[in-house]
Amino acid sequence: MLLATSNLSCHYGRIQALRDIDITVNEGELVALVGANGAGKTTLLRTISGIEPASGGSVQFDGNDITMASSDNRVKMGIVQVPEGRQIFGPMSVEDNLMLGGYTRTPAERTETLEQAYEMFPVLKMRRTSPAGTLSGGQQQMLAMSRALMARPRLLLLDEPSMGLAPLLVDEIFATVKKLRESGTTIFLVEQNAYMALAIADRGYVLEAGGIVLADTGPTLLANDKVKEAYLGI
Amino acid sequence: MFAEFLQFLFSGITVGAIYALVGLGFAIIYNASHVINFAQGEFVMLGGMNTVFFISVGMPMPVAMLLAVVVTIFIGLALEKFAIEPARDASIVTLIIITIGASIFLRGAAQVIWGRNFHSLKPISGNDPVMIGGAAVLPQSLWVLGCTIVIVIALMFFFNRTLVGKAIVASAHNPLAARLVGINPRFIMLLSFGLSAMLGGIAGILIAPISLAYPGVGIMLGLKGFCAAILGGLGNPMGAIIAGLIVGISEAVTAGYISSAYKDAVAFIIILGVLFFKPSGLFGVRGTERV
Ligand SMILES: Nc1ncnc2c1ncn2[C@@H]1O[C@H](COP(=O)(O)OP(=O)(O)OP(=O)(O)O)[C@@H](O)[C@H]1O
Ligand SMILES: [Mg+2]
Repeated sequence: MLLATSNLSCHYGRIQALRDIDITVNEGELVALVGANGAGKTTLLRTISGIEPASGGSVQFDGNDITMASSDNRVKMGIVQVPEGRQIFGPMSVEDNLMLGGYTRTPAERTETLEQAYEMFPVLKMRRTSPAGTLSGGQQQMLAMSRALMARPRLLLLDEPSMGLAPLLVDEIFATVKKLRESGTTIFLVEQNAYMALAIADRGYVLEAGGIVLADTGPTLLANDKVKEAYLGI
Repeated sequence: MFAEFLQFLFSGITVGAIYALVGLGFAIIYNASHVINFAQGEFVMLGGMNTVFFISVGMPMPVAMLLAVVVTIFIGLALEKFAIEPARDASIVTLIIITIGASIFLRGAAQVIWGRNFHSLKPISGNDPVMIGGAAVLPQSLWVLGCTIVIVIALMFFFNRTLVGKAIVASAHNPLAARLVGINPRFIMLLSFGLSAMLGGIAGILIAPISLAYPGVGIMLGLKGFCAAILGGLGNPMGAIIAGLIVGISEAVTAGYISSAYKDAVAFIIILGVLFFKPSGLFGVRGTERV
């Protein structure tokens, strides 16, 4: 087991955003988390990344309890997140964004991974000196993903990578996610686009009002009547 | 006529360069934390006073200056570590009040340790003025200008060319994304206070031969530097530098043509004007950089 949470909860002030979350992600797996607006998906990723402190329960990574670890130490361990809304450093150049992605790595590792990122997304190489904020939405999402890859993640957390993108680009992003997974990256994918996420996932969880209500393999969840009704609009 | 104007211009640029360094210190800490560090002027005082002190115990001038900067940096780091960081979950206003407390404390401590006296510091290259276009310029003015230019270039290199410098810039633009790439926000804060203290300390050493060194010297210099930071658009380092020069020159021209009694009023009229007409400063960036 690469990642496991047990009884994890999180509060914003008095409001409980997550309760008793038990999820696991195994090495090499692609696990999807789907849920409606405000279910707590982003909060869960923020708690796993150490941005929001847990108010109860624990997070294990690679057999170690990391509940108290700082966000920067978690990145060093290999937990890397592509946040909701991309959150690129808009005024800085594309290449600076990527180099900062490798902040926790050695200079040699940075140079090497940068080459890989440029190979994967040639458009980023073409625009490497442009301010990141001038890229199109799809390019910004590619930049955000490449920036995360620069940290050489052992576990990649993706928060709604398809949000706000045209259908064609959505397909491209999902193709990239699949490709990453095939190359051996462990991925925890959060999506409102439940159909596409569950279709490529090994396993999935359904989050409702801060709690996990369903957990199963991707195909089984896709066939589940409750899921169909609530998230697939069928 | 022109020589006279040139004379005012040079003295304005000299003191303006000091305001620029102090304003830069405000901008760096503001960018890292949105805190306005009112102890910035005391860093200036510490630079000058420590140099005077180290020379008085028999150290050669260059060593005394270097040590003074190092001591000031350590005090800046200590301020962050022991006063700001423990309160980092408090509101910005609370943190600003802490820096005001720190400035009073540092001034008091300086009075206790070194007394209330004024100390003079020998200029680096003597007192014989250089004639430029009919104006007499003190060699110390050239030191102030030269050092300021070197520091600004070094800082530009640091922020634009080194990864740590870029990490500071990135943290200012998007603190969440900065944390998610593994930048430790506490390290950035510490670094910012260290950098600002260094700038203040250097400014204090450079200006001491002109302004004298005494425990209260940082009050006015700090306020003028703050004025430069506001005029330049809070958090805009380049703006603070240009605004520092503008404040310095306006002051010198006012003192020269009207009366030196109104000199200090200029900076405050500028602050009021900015707050009234253009609160984002002359070079203020739009407040919506975050996506
Ligand atoms: N910083 C915050 N302070 C207070 N409440 C918050 C904060 N962030 C989120 N919440 C609340 O916590 C709950 C979960 O929010 P979260 O952003 O995790 O949901 P989500 O599943 O990611 O939603 P979306 O699909 O819109 O991204 C929501 O009710 C939200 O209003
Ligand atoms: Mg969300």
